Amino acid sequence: MIEFGGWDMPVQYKTGIIKEHRAVRSRAGMFDVSHMGEATLRGDRAADAVQRLITNDVGKMRDGSALYTVMCNASGGIVDDCIVYRRAADDYMIVLNASNIAKDLAWIRDNTESRYGIAVSDESDATALIAVQGPDAVALVSGLSSADLAAIAPFHFAHADIAGVRCMAARTGYTGEDGFELACPAERAESLWNALLQAGAGKGTAAEPGLVPCGLGARDTLRLEARLSLYGNDIDDTTSPYEAGLGWVVKPDAGDFIGREALLAQKAEGPRRKLIGFTITGRGIARPGYSIVDRSRQGDDVVVGRVTSGTKGISVDAAIGLGYVPIEYAQIGNEITIDCRGKDVAATLVKGKFYQRQA
Amino acid sequence: MSTEYPSDLKYTKDHEWLRVSKKDGGDIGRVGITSFAGEQLGDVVAVELPDEGDKINKGEVFGTLESVKAVADLFAPVSGTFLRVNTPLGDSPEYVNEDPYDEGWMVEIQLSDPAELGDLMSAEAYAAFVADQE
Repeated sequence: MIEFGGWDMPVQYKTGIIKEHRAVRSRAGMFDVSHMGEATLRGDRAADAVQRLITNDVGKMRDGSALYTVMCNASGGIVDDCIVYRRAADDYMIVLNASNIAKDLAWIRDNTESRYGIAVSDESDATALIAVQGPDAVALVSGLSSADLAAIAPFHFAHADIAGVRCMAARTGYTGEDGFELACPAERAESLWNALLQAGAGKGTAAEPGLVPCGLGARDTLRLEARLSLYGNDIDDTTSPYEAGLGWVVKPDAGDFIGREALLAQKAEGPRRKLIGFTITGRGIARPGYSIVDRSRQGDDVVVGRVTSGTKGISVDAAIGLGYVPIEYAQIGNEITIDCRGKDVAATLVKGKFYQRQA
Repeated sequence: MSTEYPSDLKYTKDHEWLRVSKKDGGDIGRVGITSFAGEQLGDVVAVELPDEGDKINKGEVFGTLESVKAVADLFAPVSGTFLRVNTPLGDSPEYVNEDPYDEGWMVEIQLSDPAELGDLMSAEAYAAFVADQE
């Protein structure tokens, strides 16, 4: 167990990271992500309040839709990346990263409560979140409900009873696979978890159960292969969405959101650095914090960038990672050098996801 | 995964084991990491080992293990010369977790100072040491 955002969380269960990871890619895995935060914004002007906070377009949302976005500060740095759920025109929920809950709640309240006359509440402690992910996940969860959960489209959600537990079932995830994230009252989470485990045990074999509990380790390798950002590693208050490759969630025409001016200026100028994805071509594994170097430069100038995420791929047969480099190094196909504990290791910049699931 | 520690091995505080055998009158120590170390590290995905013939002093780093989540140094439990290196680990690093005391061995060292063996722990002492760490 390790401490993560104030929670005791397993890095892995008994099975180990590799088997957990493979179960999610080939069958289904289940993650207890109750550490994540939930804020609700309720009131007649809830949509305006959410739009003040996020860079993506709230106007495109409908009841039952979900939207990936970032919240930015005035200088365009990322306060958090999050998913917004529209439950009704006057009722939005935002799912937040665990390590940011206190910061985010203060940010949300300070910027919206009095200005828009809405009620902000922190439902993090009362809400559990269980993610079921993998090619078999939708069928497995659907089997525990009389509702037609398979009809929920990606980035949509519905309320349904699953194994007798009232859930908000969202077709979202953080693994690059299909599946659900199930929010339910904290006191019902154990019952839901056990029902899902039991349903999974009825599907596979003893060696390869239909559903495998997965820890933070597999969550990290899965999200990195799918090239999903991890707050605190790949993005933070000092990185902008344009630098982080998240320009697609910035919609300057959506409204007067915080950070809009700074982001417009950065878009016009172009970002000076970029978060790039790389595949190691030499021998080694890059870890967060390792330096990206240019040996043709002198002294302290040799270090041109920094690795923010890195691991040995499990479904991808290579060591992979993300890191920031100045824009002049950021071209796809470019070769970079990473200082892996004193040894120079070559890597190539690659486009898009490291792993793409089969349609 | 097993958490037992074979009684015919000697152990270090760096969670390595040493199996001593006699050859041509000299002491040879085969080295690996314990099942406890393998569990702590998680699935090992890459192993870097020295070349045969290299010399090492006790306590020095002779290689590295990379798991999915972390990187760990390997410390020489005794001084000497590397006689053999378990090269199949390069292609099958999973042996370190799955079979730590047999297929998962890493190097064999021709001991230059057998008196150093006195500094190592018995299986019982190591089990107590691990229990203290948990």
